[in-house]
Amino acid sequence: MHIQTVISTNSNFMNRIVDKEFLSENVVKIVVEAPLIAKSRKPGNFIILRISDKGERIPLTIAAADEEKGTITLIAQKVGVSTEKLAKMEVGDSLHDLVGPLGKATEISKIGTILACGGGVGIAPLLPIVEGFKKAGNRVISVLAARSKDLIILEDEMRKWSDEVIIMTDDGSHGTKGLVTEGAEMVIKREKVDECIAIGPAIMMKFTSLLTKKYDIPTQASLNSIMVDGTGMCGACRVTVGGKTKFTCVDGPEFDAHQIDFDEMMMRLGGYREEEKKDYERFMSQV
Amino acid sequence: MTILSEYLKERRNEEWRAELRKKLKGKERTSIPRVKMPEVEPQERTKHQNVEVNLGLTEEQALVEASRCMDCATPTCIDGCPVQINIPEFVKNIERKEYGLAAQTLKKTSALPAVCGRVCPQEKQCEEQCFYTTKLGKDPIAIGYLERFAADWERESGEMSVPECAPANGKKIAAIGSGPASLSFAGDMAKLGYDVTVFEALHEIGGVLKYGIPEFRLPNSVVDVELENLRKMGVKFVNNFIVGRTASFDDLKEEGFEGFFVASGAGLPRFMNIPGENYNGIMSSNEYLTRVNLMGAASDDNDTPVLRGKTVAVIGGGNTAMDSVRTSKRLGAERSIIVYRRSRAEMPARVEEVNHAEEEGIEFMNLANPVEYFADEKGRVNKMRVQHMELGEPDASGRRRPVPVEGSEEDIDVDLVIVAVGVSPNPLIPSCLPELKVSKWGTIEVGDNMQSSIPVLFAGGDIVRGGATVILAMGDGRKAAASMHEYLSGEQKND
Ligand SMILES: Cc1cc2nc3c(=O)[nH]c(=O)nc-3n(C[C@H](O)[C@H](O)[C@H](O)COP(=O)(O)OP(=O)(O)OC[C@H]3O[C@@H](n4cnc5c(N)ncnc54)[C@H](O)[C@@H]3O)c2cc1C
Ligand code: FES
Repeated sequence: MHIQTVISTNSNFMNRIVDKEFLSENVVKIVVEAPLIAKSRKPGNFIILRISDKGERIPLTIAAADEEKGTITLIAQKVGVSTEKLAKMEVGDSLHDLVGPLGKATEISKIGTILACGGGVGIAPLLPIVEGFKKAGNRVISVLAARSKDLIILEDEMRKWSDEVIIMTDDGSHGTKGLVTEGAEMVIKREKVDECIAIGPAIMMKFTSLLTKKYDIPTQASLNSIMVDGTGMCGACRVTVGGKTKFTCVDGPEFDAHQIDFDEMMMRLGGYREEEKKDYERFMSQV
Repeated sequence: MTILSEYLKERRNEEWRAELRKKLKGKERTSIPRVKMPEVEPQERTKHQNVEVNLGLTEEQALVEASRCMDCATPTCIDGCPVQINIPEFVKNIERKEYGLAAQTLKKTSALPAVCGRVCPQEKQCEEQCFYTTKLGKDPIAIGYLERFAADWERESGEMSVPECAPANGKKIAAIGSGPASLSFAGDMAKLGYDVTVFEALHEIGGVLKYGIPEFRLPNSVVDVELENLRKMGVKFVNNFIVGRTASFDDLKEEGFEGFFVASGAGLPRFMNIPGENYNGIMSSNEYLTRVNLMGAASDDNDTPVLRGKTVAVIGGGNTAMDSVRTSKRLGAERSIIVYRRSRAEMPARVEEVNHAEEEGIEFMNLANPVEYFADEKGRVNKMRVQHMELGEPDASGRRRPVPVEGSEEDIDVDLVIVAVGVSPNPLIPSCLPELKVSKWGTIEVGDNMQSSIPVLFAGGDIVRGGATVILAMGDGRKAAASMHEYLSGEQKND
């Protein structure tokens, strides 16, 4: 039935924002009408959206979905022109384009104890994975980290799907003062961990991965590479995993963290920094 | 005698054709030199990404060029055309100023003549088989230019006819992908009365015609007119919809779709897997062209950025390489260099594009291949090591194999590298249909009638052939439409 609606209206008339909320000063949550994606998405999948016909194709992980209401939840941090514009959209507005679900879904099964590490806005993509693992009957321990208290997002939702939540902040304004790796190591030393998932800034994933390698714990990291099409057509999102070039959008976004070349990944993330900065300054001078 | 040659003879014997042949003596025809396509000057055209280089023939030029054609009794040019357009008939219609009829002749076999007139490798197809080339050793009739003339004339005259469609039969058909294969399939199925929906993963309809081939070669407006025509015929287009992801084949079947045509293209770019290839400033031609053509990155109004370079190296010798290198010139590069491992004669690109590139000041470094890249401290490429090659024995493709020359390495300063060494079939659809038979290269296997191992699923274009051409994709679409119609009608009878 939904397919028919999509065909007869063409998808551009859908994608309406039905709810919006700032989770912190720079992190916005929007709930969008997207019945087909809400039905077909799995934990780990992402979408690509465009705000206007001049907009970039922005990849965002699906943080949650409500199949009955036909909505998906997206969480974005203001980092540049496009996300700044997204944060300015209001309930009732429609996204110009929305396509998905993209990427491979997380492999979820009953493994035992899962250590889920989320840094900053990386907590958003971690949420559906934690939910999936919990529903599959695993023991889930989540370590959430950010610079300060107001940057820890989705704490209640994470608590709902975790057996235990450990909060780490750089300034000690919430939870324990320290880095995500310190929280994680505490858990690893305390009990047997069967698998670790790390999502957050590249540097955070790199160090989490080094830590779990030391303890020989299989670890998945979800990468936020630069993307254009998101369908495997351009190679903008390529990363080196186990010495081989992979495309994050179709081969990932999750990979065996111990095999990822994080240094190359961080270098590639900076590939458009100068162009982005110029665009950002131009945009901010206009608003 | 085959049915085709029988038919061609019959048409050739029509009175108007016989009359026209008598109008000029053979000698008079063959002494006319081949027309030159009017073009925008190189200095001017390299300032714009969206200005078409070829302006199109004037009416006078087209009339003279059409009169060169001898209307041969055995028109070998037709053998060179992958879809067997009745070439003499459309050319002779131009000669007698029946431009509309010329366009209709083209449309009997080609769904997209305005596109093919611009992008077909005529010099390897119809024009190579022209009597002038094979027997006279002269420049062939400019069949491509004339094709474009007739198609453009029809479009600009506003007399573009919307083909008549059979009464709706209520059967729903899905075409997957919106490149030339799908568009021609959709047109034919709509004519047969089917309810056709075209699904496209990207936000734009048109496949490579939109995201790949730049506007200086194929203006978007030419493609848009074709899309509008299909819409008038009742074809529906859905963008942002990935079949197999947004909804599965089973979901679509449940929705009542009875036939599927997969034309998902050869979208996966190949890299060379050499050291340093993942540095910033090295990207696939697909990424480069998509940023510029699909996302409009060359203009400041668009949010998508694209890296610019002072010295740009483009690796490859095909159409994609030429499109990329000429784009880089238009985006302000001081030096734009083609690095190709064979010699110029072996370049797979259309000859016209290679010539245009040369006129635009593109440098050609033939018989050379990159072996390693180097970067600055931020990871941006700044040097490329190439190895020189020489031609050895012919390989499987019949072209002489390039062999590296020991100790011939040379370092070249570059700040942008575009890799255009080919594409692989898009793996998305095969990966969602385990029962679908694919070759070891990942192309979908089909029979002569374009039917795959799943009976309701037909396929064509690059997903079946690997990177091929617009005309072959279009031909596949038409063949698949005819076969699917036969299959679905047969099924009905068996019920
Ligand atoms: C830069 C460039 C220049 C070229 N120049 C020439 C030329 O001068 N002359 C010539 O003859 N040929 C040229 N070619 C080749 C020619 O464009 C292709 O052979 C032709 O477009 C193939 O057509 P197609 O219909 O098979 O697929 P495509 O045009 O590749 O279209 C496939 C479409 O399917 C979509 N898709 C994929 N999977 C799905 C899915 N699951 N659901 C929905 N949609 C999906 C893709 O997004 C894409 O838009 C060129 C190619 C390129 C890249
Ligand atoms: S984003 Fe283009 S291939 Fe992944």
